[in-house]
Amino acid sequence: MRDWFLGKLTLEALPHHWYTVGGTLSMLLLGVGFALFLTKKRRWNWLWKEWFTSTDPKKIGIMYMIASALMFFRGMIDAAMIWLQQALGADSQGYLSATHFQEIFTSHGDIMVFFVTMGFFFGLMNWFVPLQIGARDLAFPFLNSLGFWLYVAGAILINFFFVIGGNFANTGWIAIAPLSELEFNPGVGVDYWIWSLQLSGLGSLLAGINFMVTIIKKRAPGMTLMKMPLFVWTSLCSTILIIAAFPVLTATIFLLWLDRFFGMHFFTVGFGGNQMMYFNLIWMWGHPEVYILILPAFGMFSEIVSTFSQKKIFGYTSMVCAALAITALSFLVWLHHFFTMGAGADVNSFFGIVTMLIAIPTGVQVFNWILTMFRGKVVFATPMCWFMGFACLFSFGGMAGVLMAAPPADFQVHNSLFLIAHFHTMIIGGAFFGIFAGISYWFPKITGFKLSERLGKRAFWLWLIGFFVSFVPLYLLGLMGATRRLDHYSSSTGWQPLYITSAIGFLIITCGIIVQIYQIVVSIKERKQNLDTTGDPWNARTLEWATSSPPPFYNFARIPTVTSHEAFWDMKKEQKSPKRYEDIWLPKNTGMGIYLSGFAFLAGFALVWSIYALAILGLIGVIACIIIRSIDEETEYLIPASEVARLERN
Amino acid sequence: MGLRIRIVGFASSLLLTLAAFFLAAHPDFFPVKVQTVVALLLVLAFFQATAQSICFIHLWREKGVPWNLLLFLSTIGMMIIIIVGSIWIMNHLNANMTGL
Amino acid sequence: MRRLNISFQLRRWRALKETNSAEETKVFGFWVYLMTDLIIFSVLFATFAVLQNSTFGGPSGRELFSLPFALAETLILLTSSFTCALATFAISQKQKKGALLWFLITFALGLSFLVLEFSEFAHFASRGATPQRSGFLSAYFTLVGTHGLHISVGLLWMFVMMLRIGKARFEPPLVSQLLRLALFWHFLDIVWVFIFTAVYASGHLL
Repeated sequence: MRDWFLGKLTLEALPHHWYTVGGTLSMLLLGVGFALFLTKKRRWNWLWKEWFTSTDPKKIGIMYMIASALMFFRGMIDAAMIWLQQALGADSQGYLSATHFQEIFTSHGDIMVFFVTMGFFFGLMNWFVPLQIGARDLAFPFLNSLGFWLYVAGAILINFFFVIGGNFANTGWIAIAPLSELEFNPGVGVDYWIWSLQLSGLGSLLAGINFMVTIIKKRAPGMTLMKMPLFVWTSLCSTILIIAAFPVLTATIFLLWLDRFFGMHFFTVGFGGNQMMYFNLIWMWGHPEVYILILPAFGMFSEIVSTFSQKKIFGYTSMVCAALAITALSFLVWLHHFFTMGAGADVNSFFGIVTMLIAIPTGVQVFNWILTMFRGKVVFATPMCWFMGFACLFSFGGMAGVLMAAPPADFQVHNSLFLIAHFHTMIIGGAFFGIFAGISYWFPKITGFKLSERLGKRAFWLWLIGFFVSFVPLYLLGLMGATRRLDHYSSSTGWQPLYITSAIGFLIITCGIIVQIYQIVVSIKERKQNLDTTGDPWNARTLEWATSSPPPFYNFARIPTVTSHEAFWDMKKEQKSPKRYEDIWLPKNTGMGIYLSGFAFLAGFALVWSIYALAILGLIGVIACIIIRSIDEETEYLIPASEVARLERN
Repeated sequence: MGLRIRIVGFASSLLLTLAAFFLAAHPDFFPVKVQTVVALLLVLAFFQATAQSICFIHLWREKGVPWNLLLFLSTIGMMIIIIVGSIWIMNHLNANMTGL
Repeated sequence: MRRLNISFQLRRWRALKETNSAEETKVFGFWVYLMTDLIIFSVLFATFAVLQNSTFGGPSGRELFSLPFALAETLILLTSSFTCALATFAISQKQKKGALLWFLITFALGLSFLVLEFSEFAHFASRGATPQRSGFLSAYFTLVGTHGLHISVGLLWMFVMMLRIGKARFEPPLVSQLLRLALFWHFLDIVWVFIFTAVYASGHLL
């Protein structure tokens, strides 16, 4: 009886370690502070009506980016703790216990990959995919809202162990078996991992389906596939990968959960379980995932390089082919994550060769960017600086990757700090620099004023220098034999100076982040001086710049007809003005996404703690919400043509 | 027209199912190895899936760009990579690492 | 609140022209979702293929599976897919009563399939062949059980839709939802064809 209503909950689950108390208090202070602020300014209704229940991709995009920024701070705190521990860890246990250290690097990886990088990209895609294809909204506005709130449910769940439970998974970010099995991890940590990733993974899958259907079906008339901006192309490729790979993650985590919850034997030691199958399946998802994280950045850089070189992108067709080639090849390389597991020479050589092949279309992209700059009138605004940093870092890290693609070389550096340095170069130098470039490029469109160029460049230099100081030592350490995830080591290895140098690099990066925050504050203060009145502050070439800054809530008063791959550039030259306005149907706001995700969160939490009654309640809630939503027929509202005309005149 | 194609789909699926059952129940009917019979069964299954896709789902009838068909074929490609790839890799791993 | 004045209705009619493309988009989106479902099933198939000999001394497929029983399940599900196709045909002919009747028969057949499957699982459990017994059995119960779960969801959806057919007219949104349900049901039968082949038939032979 007790099990049905309390599951495995005991008083011990309440916070009583320094970090769980600290984490809980921080979240509490943040939440209470925000609530007090809302109460004082009487903005609760506004928050619910204007933001939380909105189906407008521009609002959802901003919410994604704010949520990602919050998770970024959590991920950076984890990183700081790792750096500090490793700098101190010569001949001493440092200040963290082994288990705690393991939980920290696990949550660092999961938060940065699932919640920060994917969140920022979904935010930018929500804003700019519809604008660039001349659409008003995504194909499924409700699913957009639902996907966001499932992501939030996952984000809350991954942080919830601070409040109830005290332990996160200590298994590494992909929770490999058999360490993640019940036999070696009987606590709730791995279960928190399972359910936060299932919920956010479902959100990502829904977003992927949404963007794919939007890009295929909702383009403006005249915009054929080969006239789409490259950001839309790479977003499409990214969604192809999401649709193909995330179900693999869902199924694999489901199997792990069945092992833990029902005592099945997919990956257990004994009873016929096969742990190597877990590696196989999880990396079958894991490899396409990293391409999901980089392809939108490629697209953003194509826009940025073309705009700031004041030239058409060089080799548009080859860029499209390269993006598609990367998409296709990324499904054929997953074994390179476990060359050392023993599949043998013939299997290893197949995957090694295909891994090396992926470098070719990537190289095509880099050369096309460089050729776009060649003989262009290059303006080194902040977004372009981020591109230059990306070009250097990504090539550098990419070469490290090609080195590891050769199985014999990989046997030496597998799971060493060389690998850590490689993938951080790709994610930070590639995805993060892309996000920063995209945000500084599109900031005026989103807010109506530009960011401070001076501070932006300073932040860039701090990030770039900080990155080199941080990660070059890690490449060296890896080649010297340092393995990843070490919480302490012998000082006789001579590694400590390099670890300390790396920690100093982290401090430089932190200064860069502080400058970025300062930049936002200053830019808001100085916004009147930096207003974007034309809607096109950079003299750009794609459709999103044809709207005001920020755009009206319906994006375009009239859906434009497109004739070339640089739709806005043509429009600027032709100077057409709209003749007639038409009625616009837009989706209504709805709270159903929040309710559904709320029930999903309850169900996930209940399954973590085996609280059967609550789990059933959550499940029934989810089903009820789905049924209620499916029979709801009044989901749109009308803006008459006269109203559109009036709004446009103002 | 619509009725006829559905009946054709049902009849062909029925035949293919019974054929598969017969083959599985009497593998010695043809003088071939067991693995070949299994392969034959898979071929029969593919035919039935195709018949049902055409007759019940009307897969080839879409006008304009056949996105549905393209997606379906790509997914089948992915499925083959997942299933065949896993079997290939795991067989090698099992042979080298556990001696099975 | 629906307004009844003429200009609003005119606008609605103009919007309805766009509605057909909106419904097409929904069917396409559902198709994309079905592709992701196929990927989930392929992971379960792959896991079954890898673990099919991991019986850990417990019962194997050969000992457990009854081919005639699996054939019965297959024929019932196949017939239900056919009756579902007849239902969509009735919808295309705007025959409300025909559609309702054929969906009812599909529902009954689908329910019988589930009952048979449950009894099969119960029979195995009584012989000690539970999913906790071995990796092979975990994979078997998960693959076939996930398919059964999808059938259950389909039956629930069918039940809700039958209530709606009874109450409403065949407007495009309702027709589109019914077509999506039929698509789902046909897909489940196609997946079952492979389960019959790769699990029962092969299990009987290998």
